[in-house]
Amino acid sequence: MRLGSGTFAACCVAIEVLGVAVFLRGFFPAPVRSSARTEHRAEPPVPEPSAGSSSNWTKLPPPLFSKVVIVLIDALRDDFVFGSKGVKFMPYTTYLVEKGASHSFVAEAKPPTVTMPRIKALMTGSLPGFVDVVRNLNSPALLEDNVIGQAKAAGKRIFFYGDETWIKLFPKHFIEYDGTTSFFVSDYTEVDNNVTRHLDKVLKRGDWDMLILHYLGLDHIGHVSGPHSPLIGRKLSEMDSVLMRIHTALLSKERETLLPNLLVLCGDHGMSETGSHGASSTEEVNTPLILISSAFERKPGDMRHPKRVQQTDLAATLAIGLGLPIPKDSVGSLIFPVVEGKPMREQLRFLHLNTVQLSKLLQENVPSYEKDPGFEQFKVSEKMHGNWIKLYLEENNSEVLFNLGTKVLRQYLIALKTLSLSLSTQVAQYDIYSMMVGTAVVLEVLTLLLLSIPQALRRKAELDVPLSSPVFSLFFYLMFLVLSAIHIIVCTSAESSCYFCGLPWLAACGVMALISALLCAIMSVLTKMFVRGSLPSKNPAHPNSGWSELDLLMVFGTVGHVLSLGASSFVEEEHQTWYFLVNTLCLALSQEIYRSYFLRDDGEPQCCFHVEQGFAGAIPALQDRTGCDTREQDRVHMSSSLSEVLRGCEKWMVLASPWLILACCRLLRSLNQTGVQWAHRPDLGHWLTSSDHKAELSVLAALSLLVTFTLVQRGCSPVSKAALALGLLGVYCYRAAIGNVLFPWQQDNRDISKGIIEARFVYVFILGILFTGTKDLLKSQVIAADFKIKTVGLWEIYSGLVLLAALLFRPHNLPVLAFSLLIQTVMTKFIWKPLRHDAAEITVMHYWFGQAFFYFQGNSNNIATVDISAGFVGLDTYVEIPAMFLTAFGTYAGPVLWASHLVHFLSSEASSGSALRHACFCYALIGSIPVSAYIILVTSLRYHLFIWSVFSPKLLYEGMRLLVTAAVCAFCTAMDQTSRTKA
Amino acid sequence: MKDTDIKRLLYTHLLCIFSIILSVFIPSFFLENFSILETHLTWLCICSGFVTAINLVLYLVVKPNASSKRSSLSHKVTRFLKCCIYFLMSCFTFHIVFVLYGAPLIELVLETFLFAVILSTFTTIPCLCLLGPNLKAWLRVFSRNGVTSIWENSLQITTISSFAGAWLGALPIPLDWERPWQVWPISCTLGATFGYVAGLVTSPLWIYWNRKQLTYKNN
Repeated sequence: MRLGSGTFAACCVAIEVLGVAVFLRGFFPAPVRSSARTEHRAEPPVPEPSAGSSSNWTKLPPPLFSKVVIVLIDALRDDFVFGSKGVKFMPYTTYLVEKGASHSFVAEAKPPTVTMPRIKALMTGSLPGFVDVVRNLNSPALLEDNVIGQAKAAGKRIFFYGDETWIKLFPKHFIEYDGTTSFFVSDYTEVDNNVTRHLDKVLKRGDWDMLILHYLGLDHIGHVSGPHSPLIGRKLSEMDSVLMRIHTALLSKERETLLPNLLVLCGDHGMSETGSHGASSTEEVNTPLILISSAFERKPGDMRHPKRVQQTDLAATLAIGLGLPIPKDSVGSLIFPVVEGKPMREQLRFLHLNTVQLSKLLQENVPSYEKDPGFEQFKVSEKMHGNWIKLYLEENNSEVLFNLGTKVLRQYLIALKTLSLSLSTQVAQYDIYSMMVGTAVVLEVLTLLLLSIPQALRRKAELDVPLSSPVFSLFFYLMFLVLSAIHIIVCTSAESSCYFCGLPWLAACGVMALISALLCAIMSVLTKMFVRGSLPSKNPAHPNSGWSELDLLMVFGTVGHVLSLGASSFVEEEHQTWYFLVNTLCLALSQEIYRSYFLRDDGEPQCCFHVEQGFAGAIPALQDRTGCDTREQDRVHMSSSLSEVLRGCEKWMVLASPWLILACCRLLRSLNQTGVQWAHRPDLGHWLTSSDHKAELSVLAALSLLVTFTLVQRGCSPVSKAALALGLLGVYCYRAAIGNVLFPWQQDNRDISKGIIEARFVYVFILGILFTGTKDLLKSQVIAADFKIKTVGLWEIYSGLVLLAALLFRPHNLPVLAFSLLIQTVMTKFIWKPLRHDAAEITVMHYWFGQAFFYFQGNSNNIATVDISAGFVGLDTYVEIPAMFLTAFGTYAGPVLWASHLVHFLSSEASSGSALRHACFCYALIGSIPVSAYIILVTSLRYHLFIWSVFSPKLLYEGMRLLVTAAVCAFCTAMDQTSRTKA
Repeated sequence: MKDTDIKRLLYTHLLCIFSIILSVFIPSFFLENFSILETHLTWLCICSGFVTAINLVLYLVVKPNASSKRSSLSHKVTRFLKCCIYFLMSCFTFHIVFVLYGAPLIELVLETFLFAVILSTFTTIPCLCLLGPNLKAWLRVFSRNGVTSIWENSLQITTISSFAGAWLGALPIPLDWERPWQVWPISCTLGATFGYVAGLVTSPLWIYWNRKQLTYKNN
């Protein structure tokens, strides 16, 4: 079967996407879960252990507190309370910490330090898997056993005010609630006032058992202006006064009830030095946890260095404090100081309940749990506990009882610690079999792509795909049988859960058949190569096969980038790699230009300087000739007319263009500092977004939109030109409506709206332009007119995407869009056309610039930098599919715009009919090399210290990038098909 | 092409390497607390001075391009001034390139500039000595098949290896090892120096190895 190399590449990438998906499913392990997950049936609590005689205490112990208030302040870092900021801005809290009846701790949050997984960790006590971050947007109802669910089942009345993530996580759990949205990051007063305004009423009424307040303001301040902003101090004082109000109200209420109340102050995650969160730096994981209750002893003393606990410990502590069963999936241990004041028997009972729950979880998740040190400790302590109860029931000497009790207690605490630790390490269990299957598919596809380079990049750009060769079909069946046997053996013998075994057998067989078919294809290509290689001296395929410096740079750059992915620092600072490569590319281009320009007079062989003007008439005549011939012809043809064509300003522009591009890149680089090491450096983006520089931002945004319009409109039809102008105007109106930029006539801050109407106005034009473009493309296919219609159609699709990007980009990122268009224009006019690069080189350049622009936008290999607000543009509420699409497009706008420019440029050139196919093949190849290499790297580094904080997010980014590549290749192939059917 | 030429080339190169080694050890006799990493800027100045001096001396003694005609004193002076201007121009150009590559614009200006100076010392000064202030000749030497003598060939190799060294020297900067030599621009200057030395060592060997294949137009 003969296939165009573009189609072949698109198929390969599609298969690769499947392989990566299987790999990802195996790599991101399912979190530690209790098997009885779905049923919320209350099991009878474990009776107290006792040796010999049976204990009479089989019920759950009674609650310790009557009312619980949880004040969760988003992004509350530990030093905001315990550090100098706390002393300065939170005097009341500091007083409580130092002298009041309270226990304070530093609670360590496990990465990913993002709100939803953290809330889950706080309320279920389990460690949410990494994939939960990706579902952060989605936040479906929490199905796991958790404190809120238990409290509701026990008939407690729960009130909630704050971040609406809670309401999504716990639907119908709250008697009264008011959700605030974390969508408008620039708003940090209203969100918190919406919470605080309920306080007076609620505190007075007192008809609740549990009150949860989630304040978002601090997090918003952090995102906008960082942890050292003066706004932080004001917000902390506000929070301090809120805490004081609640505490005094609780104290006054306490006189009426028998039991004391509990006030919990905690943060869900910290805040990095740049004000963001998501990773695992010390600033992000350390949060304060303060438990305040009159039940605790006042112990004056220096509390500057609080004890460290895990964030997951809160769930177990709350459950015991409220007299509820501990959530089944909790890996946390009871925070012991809370129960310290109770009688010895109760203390032991609490610890026993906790250890029993943990050991059950261990039994369900670890096959060889009996050898686990934690389990052994548990057995020992349970036995000691039993003996102690026996003594207690026999009413022995109290001093002996006490001494023995402390011993049991210590034993229990050790058991708790070990159990909790071994459960936490359980989270990092990989599903190796699925990973292997995915890797096999990806590697086979890559090998196939690499082997078919010589065939695919020939002039005809077609290659044989061997599918029906009979010898290999026998080999295929053998392979298939062997693989199926392996599959059955692995799946029957595996003790841990495995995703791939859980698939229906038809799907598994399909994947196995795919793997063996790919292997057969590789084998046949290899044999063909050997057969052809043994033939004596075939005709030279490339007359000028010497590689230019540019080609060398591209190969070495790609290899170097792939190798750099093995180091965590290079993954964190990947933007530096791309900036470095793009800069070097520009210098190499300038060297090429200078050489071909200055050595032109000497008649050197390098002279290959061409300019399109005065030559356009020759294009159709040359069209049917093959690429290399064309080049030679051109060269002879051009050398005479070069000097008159190249004159004046044109010449200078050609010479200056690499430097112009370099300068643009330097400006863009200082717009968004990203990465980790230098992320705290001041950048233009932060300067522009601060509220003092709104006017400058407005001018810049307007200017960028203007530049965008002038650069995009030249290729459009008049109708879409008008639509583009109106659309860009709409973008500015949208940004003005949501309060990012100002109109010149509007001086003060108006009320902020969501800008729904403006955004939808722009969407209409985007769809209109895209529709016109598609219509033109279809027309060009049907009527078979000149390819001008097709070029215009492609340009219209491109301009539609530009308009969408303009709408989704934050205003300070609009210069990125303008510069991207500028660089594309300059390179098209002054570099690619005159220097006649071939399709492969142009593709690689587009890919590199696309990658660089991905980082110029402010993205990084950290999940926290994804601009989620793009998913809400023009939407009233969260609608999953459009929001995901918009966020993905907003994030990958740079690469997508460069890729669509590539398609337009190559099909408008039309000097060689196979350019688009070559481009598609190269794009697929250069896109799949990093993914394949990275999959192997990650597999070998899976026990690396930074696997969760650095390598895993990058893996998700790579997977997403491959999806984008697949889409680009599919589009490219479709365009190629239309041009071929026409011809 | 004779073996004696290659031998002369080798000796001159060994002298250059020796001057770099001297620039590391001699200053510690005169200056207190001298070390490459801590007083990096001083070392840069000294190294640049040494290499420039040895290049000039070698140029005057060896006279590789003996074909140049006798010329008047004024011609020589203008030539010398032109060379100085070219050198300064190259320093500023390199500085601009470094900033475009991402070097801080305002902070560490002196460091960046001295890096530009040392890179110019390794690349521009040999070019000026050998080819004179003649841009066309430079372009000829640095394009494919453009060299006309072993001196130009070795110049090509050392210059390219200096650039490559400086380029590779930037790679360890993002790594989080927190070593003193990862600070801007130390790794780059060290890279350039190592590249230059490597070029000096390899170019005679390479020319000797390929002496059969090498044919120059003017020889």
